Amino acid sequence: MPKSHKLMRGVSIVGAGMSKFGAFPAKNSRDLFVEAFKDMSVSVDKGFDPTNIESFYLGNFSSDLFEHQGHTAPLLLDAVGLTPIPATRVENACASGATALRQGVMAIASGMYDVVMVGGAEKMTNLPTADVTDTLATAADVPFEIAAGFTFPGFYAAMATAYMSRFGMQPEHLMNVAIKNHENGALNPNAQFGTTIQKWMEGRVASALKKGKPAPDWTTIWDFLHDDSANPMIAWPLRLFDCSPITDGASALLLVADERAREFTDTPVRIIASAQASDTALHNRPDLTSLPAAKLASSQAYAMAGVSAGDIRIAEVHDCFTIAEILASEDIGFFAPGEGYKAAEDGVTSRLGSKPINTSGGLKSKGHPVGASGVAQVFEIWKQMRSEAGERQVPGDIPLALTHNVGATGSTCVVHIFERNN
Amino acid sequence: MTEITTLRPFTAASFNQYLAEGKLMASRCEDCGNLSLPPRAICSKCHGVNLVWTETSGKGTLVGFTVVSIAPTFMIQQGYGRDNPYVSGIVELDEGEKISARILGVDPTRPDTIQIGSRLDVGFIEVGENENKRVYLAFKLIE
Repeated sequence: MPKSHKLMRGVSIVGAGMSKFGAFPAKNSRDLFVEAFKDMSVSVDKGFDPTNIESFYLGNFSSDLFEHQGHTAPLLLDAVGLTPIPATRVENACASGATALRQGVMAIASGMYDVVMVGGAEKMTNLPTADVTDTLATAADVPFEIAAGFTFPGFYAAMATAYMSRFGMQPEHLMNVAIKNHENGALNPNAQFGTTIQKWMEGRVASALKKGKPAPDWTTIWDFLHDDSANPMIAWPLRLFDCSPITDGASALLLVADERAREFTDTPVRIIASAQASDTALHNRPDLTSLPAAKLASSQAYAMAGVSAGDIRIAEVHDCFTIAEILASEDIGFFAPGEGYKAAEDGVTSRLGSKPINTSGGLKSKGHPVGASGVAQVFEIWKQMRSEAGERQVPGDIPLALTHNVGATGSTCVVHIFERNN
Repeated sequence: MTEITTLRPFTAASFNQYLAEGKLMASRCEDCGNLSLPPRAICSKCHGVNLVWTETSGKGTLVGFTVVSIAPTFMIQQGYGRDNPYVSGIVELDEGEKISARILGVDPTRPDTIQIGSRLDVGFIEVGENENKRVYLAFKLIE
């Protein structure tokens, strides 16, 4: 048995912020990070002195290719006036954000620092879609997977076909995840596509009528979602509404040693587990219906926290594609294999269900600026645990919550568990 | 299965060179017998370094697939895209190892007719000419 892991001292979140997510032609990742930093600054209940910050960890996947800008950590730190403290960029594809968080947690737990800032940023919309596809593809095994024609939607589509074949799921079941996450995102002012699919469809009808065109004959959102022109195929069985968007955005967290948390707030959120696992390319795994790194990171996180999946009230999981949320809901132990798609259909994972997943709208509706996503997941947990999530607040007590952040097809997975501490 | 040992390094370049010669080659660990596809220079099972090249059976089964409509740039340059989608998949060889490949002999316009579990035989796709020629791994449906 591998040795169990532990933090040498506790770590708490005492501030969290994010920029609005979307497409912002006039803003680069630095500008977006400044917005996240300012949002984080005002979230610190007892006042925030930036000169307390001793080190900075940034999750960023590919500013090099997206913005033709490398060495982003010191640049972003300088933009908020905090050089010369250490600034470190962490790259683990779409799990860069949670991996950066993990570095911050370990830096405090080790005793090296008391106050650490963790950021995430990605500026993706400068490039045309084909170039974004190519850039994201660098997160896969390029000579062996991309040469076979795979794209990221394609990988998750292949997982979906394996899951459908084994468990009898239909492509329609995937749409339940998109519908739910857009319903949640409609209640999130920071979301890129903060609108329900119903409203989206009504908007398309109104727009057609305004242009003097015949109104599409959609009666329900299911008609809309089955229409190849409204919801085109990206990589069968995944359509446009099964995929997270291309997004610009940034997020920021302020972490401190537990013993100093009360200097900043009376309602900190403790990080009680931080676990991470790696894996091979997709084709070298025993089966395609689960992400082994997600299962391993989850089981390690539960062991570290001394809790089980049943104890977790809400989770933000990595729904880069609708099938990814279904697999995640099983890999983190909320549901047995083959049951995740039924839980989504039955509303168990909706905001008012017994196991709410992605109350923020998830990557699907909130947006997926890849390096920022893992940090922005924690922003949602922070809001929910402190009962500050406004219209999308989950009813009742949230003693424990979990985040699940995946890099590529699951070659990285990072899981954190959070406990309210007041 | 023909055993071939050469001095070629266990790299992607060597793998592609074998593809150009019409061979799907794996590496096999002489210490523990573990087969690796793609090939590895270090055995992932016993961590041994005594590897040999070995030609695979080329026969396998489809375990997952997709029909790609929004293609990467190098596939768009080959004429693929929304109006001409293609199939990519993961194939489990009879030896047990799996690999990503293009899937041929299936109908990209009828994805619901493509069956997981279908039997496949290795094939090769040649793109470009002379020094620009590149050979990609494919598997064809066995009718």
